[in-house]
Amino acid sequence: MAISLKVSKGIKTFFLEIGELIYFALRFFKEAFTKPFEFKELMRQCYNMGNKSILLVSITGFILGLVFTLQSRPTLMEFGAEAWMPSMVSISIVREIGPIIIALICAGKISSGIGAELGSMRVTEQIDAMEVSGTNPFKYLVVTRVLAATLMLPLLIILGDAIALFGSALVEYLKGEVSFLLYFNKVVNALKFSDVLPATIKSFFFGFAIGLVGCFKGFYCKKGTVGVGEASNSAVVYSSMLLFIIDFIAVFVSDIFFEI
Amino acid sequence: MKKDTNIKPVLEIKNLNKSFDNNHVLIDFSMDLYKGENLVIMGKSGSGKSVMIKCLVGLMYADSGEIHIMGKDISKLKQTDLNILRTKIGFLFQGSALYDSMTVRENLEFPLRNHKEMYENKDELVIESLESVGLLSAIDLMPDELSGGMKRRVALARTLILKPKIMIYDEPTTGLDPITAKEIIQLMRDIQEKYSTSSLIITHDIDCARVISNRMILLIDGTNYVEGTFKELENSKDKKVKSFFK
Ligand SMILES: Nc1ncnc2c1ncn2[C@@H]1O[C@H](COP(=O)(O)OP(=O)(O)OP(=O)(O)O)[C@@H](O)[C@H]1O
Ligand SMILES: [Mg+2]
Repeated sequence: MAISLKVSKGIKTFFLEIGELIYFALRFFKEAFTKPFEFKELMRQCYNMGNKSILLVSITGFILGLVFTLQSRPTLMEFGAEAWMPSMVSISIVREIGPIIIALICAGKISSGIGAELGSMRVTEQIDAMEVSGTNPFKYLVVTRVLAATLMLPLLIILGDAIALFGSALVEYLKGEVSFLLYFNKVVNALKFSDVLPATIKSFFFGFAIGLVGCFKGFYCKKGTVGVGEASNSAVVYSSMLLFIIDFIAVFVSDIFFEI
Repeated sequence: MKKDTNIKPVLEIKNLNKSFDNNHVLIDFSMDLYKGENLVIMGKSGSGKSVMIKCLVGLMYADSGEIHIMGKDISKLKQTDLNILRTKIGFLFQGSALYDSMTVRENLEFPLRNHKEMYENKDELVIESLESVGLLSAIDLMPDELSGGMKRRVALARTLILKPKIMIYDEPTTGLDPITAKEIIQLMRDIQEKYSTSSLIITHDIDCARVISNRMILLIDGTNYVEGTFKELENSKDKKVKSFFK
């Protein structure tokens, strides 16, 4: 009895939260397309996000390419299929692994950062102070951050992918003595429009989800320092979950359009 | 300041009710604030003082009741008109609420963003406002480099920059040592003299109330329990009122 009550309550809050998140997203679109636009703050946020994540994304991308190639090599060699290496690596990294791994890293970095920042602004009444000074805090804080994440994530993912391919090329250069130029040539040739386009479109949605969930959790943060921690934590959890859902939908949709 | 029935109050609350679930915080709370006066509101912690002033500036919505500010019913205002009205009200938050990612200068410039003419001479205004709280030297510091008392003053400068007609102070002296508290109180009096504002002051600090109040209201059990000058309330025979003056 007690357990079923708990479960039903949990399910109820879960759906309530989804409803609130959708409402929050609708409000974002409404406010994003009405004047005044906070262009300067948007640029500042873009710069901040890029600046904060660039090193992390580069390192992750590099190791991803390195490890992925190192581990695939023996298997491919067994079948005498080393020649497939560049196309296999490029397609799997550009299409799937690169975007999702880098988006997850950014969920940990950007989404939790936004959650904590807006959360502490809520708790210390800074958001209220903005509101009473006649500035719309939703526009100034939320719209700029969500837009910045939406714009920056594709860039970060492209960067991460490129560095991952570089890591992969390094392995091939050291182990298989394939020259960089030849390897990159093969990598680029293997990539089709139908690999790159869905991955790029998807990464905009990843960025949107990361920004939106971080802002949502921070903006409606509960009082107290516990609230801030919770906001930042659940921002990561929810946005990571949302990333997989978006990825699933993206694969589904691109399957219809491009018949993988 | 004598109450005169012919003068219209700048701020008027009628039968305000506000509850959170089963917690009835405000029950038929009514009050008036007249031009140029310092009205002190006292009440125990958790009695709903902050909730009441948040309803005043539209940060919270009351369940029922009317709030008129400078003749306007705030529940009937559009967002843009509410924002215009808000710039005529200075609100000093309980915890100062400085924007901690901005310098003191940027903090003060922030409220000017929506006022084109004022934004053009923002440098002068920032300097003038910081000078009036005696903190010009802190202009390029970040909020976390300031002490509690300095933060309170910067916050005060930030609310003053729009030259508000009504000032609302939420516990301006709480958490400060007695000397700094006195300085803040003196500042509040200077401000009132200089800009002839009407002030609504929320405080626990009996010394603050004695010095600054023209009139006082005790908020007990969610309503306007008693109203009068500091002297009148101090000499009251009522048990609940007496407990405040011990
Ligand atoms: N957002 C909220 N949600 C639910 N309850 C709230 C909320 N804000 C305030 N309350 C409740 O309203 C009551 C009054 O709170 P309020 O902050 O107005 O007290 P206060 O008189 O300002 O106290 P203090 O002197 O400590 O600042 C408290 O019981 C509090 O629990
Ligand atoms: Mg309070």
